[in-house]
Amino acid sequence: MSMDRDMSPDLLEQVNQALNQGTPLRIQGGNSKVMLGRPVAGEILDTRNHRGIVSYDPTELVLTARAGTPLLEIEAALHEAGQMLPCEPPHLGAGATLGGMVAAGLSGPRRPWAGSVRDYVLGTRVITGHGKLLRFGGEVMKNVAGYDVSRLMAGSFGCLGVLTEVSLKVLPRPRQCLSLRLPMDRHQALAELAEWGQQPLPISAACHDGEALHLRLEGGEGSVQSARQRLGGEVLDSRFWSDLREQRLAFFCDPAPLWRLSVPTASGELDLPGQQLIDWGGAQRWLKSAAPVQLIREQAAKAGGHATLYAPGDDSSAPLPAALMRYHLALKQQLDPQGVFNPGRLYPDL
Amino acid sequence: MNILYDERVDGALPAVDQPALLQALRDALPDLEILHRAEDLKPYECDGLSAYRTVPLLVVLPERLEQVQTLLRLCHLRGVPVVARGAGTGLSGGALPLAKGILLVMARFNRILEVNPQGRFARVQPGVRNLAISQAAAPHGLYYAPDPSSQIACSIGGNVAENAGGVHCLKYGLTVHNLLKVEILTVEGERLTLGSDALDSQGFDLLALFTGSEGMLGIVTEVTVKLLPKPQVARVLLASFDSVEDAGRAVAEIIAAGIIPGGLEMMDNLAIRAAEDFIHAGYPVDAAAILLCELDGVEADVQDDCERVADVLKQAGAREVRLACDEAERVRFWAGRKNAFPAVGRISPDYYCMDGTIPRRELPRVLKGISELSEEYGLRVANVFHAGDGNMHPLILFDANLPGELERAEAIGGRILELCVAVGGSITGEHGVGREKINQMCAQFNSDEITLFHAVKAAFDPQGLLNPGKNIPTLHRCAEFGALHVHHGQLPFPELERF
Repeated sequence: MSMDRDMSPDLLEQVNQALNQGTPLRIQGGNSKVMLGRPVAGEILDTRNHRGIVSYDPTELVLTARAGTPLLEIEAALHEAGQMLPCEPPHLGAGATLGGMVAAGLSGPRRPWAGSVRDYVLGTRVITGHGKLLRFGGEVMKNVAGYDVSRLMAGSFGCLGVLTEVSLKVLPRPRQCLSLRLPMDRHQALAELAEWGQQPLPISAACHDGEALHLRLEGGEGSVQSARQRLGGEVLDSRFWSDLREQRLAFFCDPAPLWRLSVPTASGELDLPGQQLIDWGGAQRWLKSAAPVQLIREQAAKAGGHATLYAPGDDSSAPLPAALMRYHLALKQQLDPQGVFNPGRLYPDL
Repeated sequence: MNILYDERVDGALPAVDQPALLQALRDALPDLEILHRAEDLKPYECDGLSAYRTVPLLVVLPERLEQVQTLLRLCHLRGVPVVARGAGTGLSGGALPLAKGILLVMARFNRILEVNPQGRFARVQPGVRNLAISQAAAPHGLYYAPDPSSQIACSIGGNVAENAGGVHCLKYGLTVHNLLKVEILTVEGERLTLGSDALDSQGFDLLALFTGSEGMLGIVTEVTVKLLPKPQVARVLLASFDSVEDAGRAVAEIIAAGIIPGGLEMMDNLAIRAAEDFIHAGYPVDAAAILLCELDGVEADVQDDCERVADVLKQAGAREVRLACDEAERVRFWAGRKNAFPAVGRISPDYYCMDGTIPRRELPRVLKGISELSEEYGLRVANVFHAGDGNMHPLILFDANLPGELERAEAIGGRILELCVAVGGSITGEHGVGREKINQMCAQFNSDEITLFHAVKAAFDPQGLLNPGKNIPTLHRCAEFGALHVHHGQLPFPELERF
């Protein structure tokens, strides 16, 4: 029996009530990304009953679904048609939803080669801070009419409105997929990756765990085989990548706080106390470290990036430069003037 | 309804005393080049949409960031509108000047600041030409992917403002997918960095919001683009069809086979004939439609994919499939497509290029609708189509010297865009709204959505001094535009479901 339901009128009514009463809302899907940002005190707006794939035509490469649709359901539908979400979004919990995936904007191991969640967002329906259900973008690949409000929603953690529906670009799964493990140290791995990155190699994931470089090759039979011969190494079980994405590798079991450092691809080694795991071919560094927050932030900034703590609280989001914060606040004020949507989730005043 | 800025519906603009402003600029910025004489201003009266012209109040040609900063502060203080312009190749009038505004020409910021092969990025000033980036990256085996057909002339700052596309978007994305970071100046002259040298940044994705914002939220002063390794090989297949429907189905079948071509272009018979007359690309002039399918990547994969695609094309009813036998033929096949616009320019005194996007499955219905409109308005329409990503470029043929033809061309253009919206598409895929499609915005978005767009604008530019009148219509304009349509007694295309 289908559980598909359009509950957008109910969600809209709940938002309008909150607007009338000035009650803050805590927008929640599967609650699987709760470790990011700050805790929100507010009435829960649960999106999970508003679910179902609204349309999916594989030859159009577009899937539209309601925000509360479980990510698993979407992935299953795509898999059946030989397609995928190229940004490989982490679930980080059993009940992850499409809305949460877009609002959190997290991408998996394929991100540097295939693009991020926001890169695949084509359109959204959003309940705004003026109590309206509006549509932005659409179901076409190219659309530059008006401001790109849909992509702005990606990664905004529900602070600018309630996502009720999202249209995503999807892609065919590659014909061949092969994973390799090449023992080498971190320094050599980063040097090799900088070199290979300039060549048309079919690499679609690259991670160094301290002992070996793990690579995933995806493409046609010919390119994958020739790259495999050239790169050498031993064949690796491809489950490594879902374990990495879902933070199930042994590295993540370390009891120290977990940090995500987003840095320029060619940053080289980062000198930080604790354990490091290199992801995204060098552009994402996972760090297990009890070092002071300030030290980690400084090192990330020095490299040209920023650091996010995977634990709820004031230290989770990297601070914004003052000038940028002013425009964040102005945008929040314009789109959510009463401050009902996830107030304080990213920053105290936002 | 006239498309030039109309204070009655687009909002009153502050009156500016030109001599006083000129003096104030000279006092504050003695080394800034300012054009103010009628004959010097004239060349700047339009961008690539040359049917619409307005002589600007003043033209400024800064060379240093500090000059732009001081200029913006001064304009902000005095309430003077500012329209930014790059190379002026835009096709939607996004850089159309205002009689009461300053035209800020960023073309002299034309230095490539850094090409970094290890980091696979290039940092450039906004006036650098799109193609120049790929040329600078070529010695490293890298290139910048988005390739609008104006790429030899258009500048990267304008590409960011318009979220420019090209023929390789399906596989490689638009401008927004190929940026790391932009430096901007706000209307108050404040410097902001959007994005970063890393793949993502903390806070809202203002880089995504800013890309394609048509100079309404800030002025681009520096751009860091991603560079990609050049594909080893690229091969092109040319398939001819006896019906447009078959060609459209072939496109869907290629995608269904799990293949994402680097480029996938369709042309209809009128466009084929015009291009063949001009370029002698070897196109079949009696075909109802042709498809050009480019496959790029690693040699072995491309070889396989070519065979797969050729089979798919034949099964979909192609009467002939030709693989370009060498690089010269590949370039010739593309030359016909890339010169389709000037080719049409040879068979008609004037043409007007549209830019709607549609879900691909709607192609037969939309082409039929266009051909009916073509008969209704008595104007020929040639169709060129980025088939892979659903972006249509109907070219409306007309003669501006014949009374009423320009107006008829505008009218049919508007109807074509409304048809795109009615089937679930968009009024613009890559050219932008600018001034050209300002009325059709009212067909794509309702008044609440337009109000929200104005709210976004107000967060960055509450006085509305940056590029006023572009991109987002006033509700007043939509009310008048809507009224215009009700006069016809019914909505366009009443038989279509609205969604």
